[in-house]
Amino acid sequence: MQLDDEDVRAILQLLDAATFDELQIETDRFNLTLRRTGAAWTRESRTLGVPREWVPPPGGGTVEAGAGAATPQAIPTGTATEAATATPTAVVTRTSERDRLVAVQTPLPGTFYRSPRPGAPPFVEVGTRVEHDTVVAIVETMKLMNSVYAGSSGRIAEICCADATLVAQQAILMRIDPEVP
Amino acid sequence: MILRRLLIANRGEIALRVIRTCERLGIETVLAVSAADRDSVPAKRADRIVEIGPAPAHASYLNVAAVVNAARTVGAQAIHPGYGFLSENAALASACASSGIVFIGPTVAQLAAVGDKLSARRHALEAGLPLVPGGAVANLDEARTLAASIGFPVLIKAVAGGGGRGMQRVESVEQLEAAIDRSTAEARAAFGDGRVYLERYVAAGRHIEVQVLGDGERVIHLGTRDCSIQRRYQKLIEEAPAPLLEPEMRAAIESAAVAFAVHLAYRGLGTVEILLDCERDCFYFLEMNARIQVEHPVTEAICGLDLVAEQIAVAEGRALGMVQDDLRFEGHAIECRINAEDWCSDFQPSPGRVEHASFATGARIRVDTHVEAGVEIAPFYDSLMAKIIVHGDDRAAALGRLGHVLHHSTIRGVANTLSLHRAIIADPTFAAGGMHTGYLEQFLASRAPLRAPAPLGGPP
Repeated sequence: MQLDDEDVRAILQLLDAATFDELQIETDRFNLTLRRTGAAWTRESRTLGVPREWVPPPGGGTVEAGAGAATPQAIPTGTATEAATATPTAVVTRTSERDRLVAVQTPLPGTFYRSPRPGAPPFVEVGTRVEHDTVVAIVETMKLMNSVYAGSSGRIAEICCADATLVAQQAILMRIDPEVP
Repeated sequence: MILRRLLIANRGEIALRVIRTCERLGIETVLAVSAADRDSVPAKRADRIVEIGPAPAHASYLNVAAVVNAARTVGAQAIHPGYGFLSENAALASACASSGIVFIGPTVAQLAAVGDKLSARRHALEAGLPLVPGGAVANLDEARTLAASIGFPVLIKAVAGGGGRGMQRVESVEQLEAAIDRSTAEARAAFGDGRVYLERYVAAGRHIEVQVLGDGERVIHLGTRDCSIQRRYQKLIEEAPAPLLEPEMRAAIESAAVAFAVHLAYRGLGTVEILLDCERDCFYFLEMNARIQVEHPVTEAICGLDLVAEQIAVAEGRALGMVQDDLRFEGHAIECRINAEDWCSDFQPSPGRVEHASFATGARIRVDTHVEAGVEIAPFYDSLMAKIIVHGDDRAAALGRLGHVLHHSTIRGVANTLSLHRAIIADPTFAAGGMHTGYLEQFLASRAPLRAPAPLGGPP
């Protein structure tokens, strides 16, 4: 049995005739809270219960499709060690040197792309001269392509994530050496 | 044939929507989930779940082989693809056909005919529908030539498109190259097909669409919708019927939509999109969406049908249970899409954990949502969190009810567009109705000084 808008309306009709301001119903499938403020009712619900996995019938089932392919996706956080393993082309700089580098972070989590389209040359490489408003990458979030701007001028010193990998919010994508003319 | 077990190859609110109808009809549901959606609300509500791959859509919800294998494995007789993802994918429909699985949607040939927008234009021409000036472009030179002949501004659209992905307005020839690259990239990411075409940009247009339903022999229409409240070709508010249309214009648009579907001997639920050119007082065929749409509830509200049940009936091989004259359209319905976006920061997506979600409830109020406290809005999928649908005796009554619902609904934990909708419906221009597709852009520009400055991400 599933609760839908019609059930909620029926419950509300009962409540309107009563003096309650709040009703909570909990079953093993859902938790529903109805609250009255003035003439308005609001509804808050929680779906309870545990998803039930498909189980092959005894004797005749085949192996579940796709289950073996499911591997948890690690989201690179852009720290030095992960950056080094994530992309073999990244130039790993020494800590003292890194202090003066400016990080380019992604404002959004998503998929990091180095080129405007597959097969096209990357926006930047290590050593590329950039200005504040140079587009250095794209991060695809919720199906939208978001341009990532350099944010400061200088030269790209390091590219910290591999192309087409997931990046967490605020992950460091690149580092810029601001002192290189 | 009577369907007993259905695989739902989708997620979010539309997965729940399909489950709801299946429960009513006594059909067992198996929900195909990605690794990220194993604990989603629809996963808890489906009779069973089956995992089809990792979180990124291309590896799960867009993976034809994984979806068909899942259906075969669980012994589902049919696949409901929802909207987006593989819903209009001819490869899925034909894989279903060769595996003896019913694809809940039109035939492979019909999907091919309308899925490719250029082919859809050809069919529209054959069916006698008027078309927006434009055409295909294979490279930048062709694009320059065509754009010059149509005149700027032009629209770039994805041939395999839908939902505004890959669509862009281009003001001048200088912007053309970058815009085509961007559209191609978005189209490839969203549909796996990077081809684009150009069209004249209609400055004062309304986006009107007609819901059609066919059984392969007969076609009826379920009235108009107005989806002109858009930002970057993403619909935010939809209503049914389209307000402020002259009766002759409404009838002409409805007949054109039916003529197009009849020309295809259309089977299933579909939407014919029309661009109403307000300056020239004429309309053009835009495209046909061969699937259930996000905004279907406004049509359900005014015609009293369950459109998912109608899709299932046609998929079971039944003839339409009604003729056009049986349909009565009652009142007016409006839907607001509540997205996980920070509209004060250029609609930046706002993935994260929902701390609280409550919605006003009552007569003629419907909320379709998969979001409740504790739900994680993932960055892998689109940002739709909830659809608020209200129905009233007329547009003013529906608007009044919508104001009430928006005022008494709250989502905390992720940025969302509830407050944007409150602001829009308080605007007298919106209240008057019949806005052009440029309305929202102007509305946002007029409120720009009131909004917070854009944080990270924009040019410094």
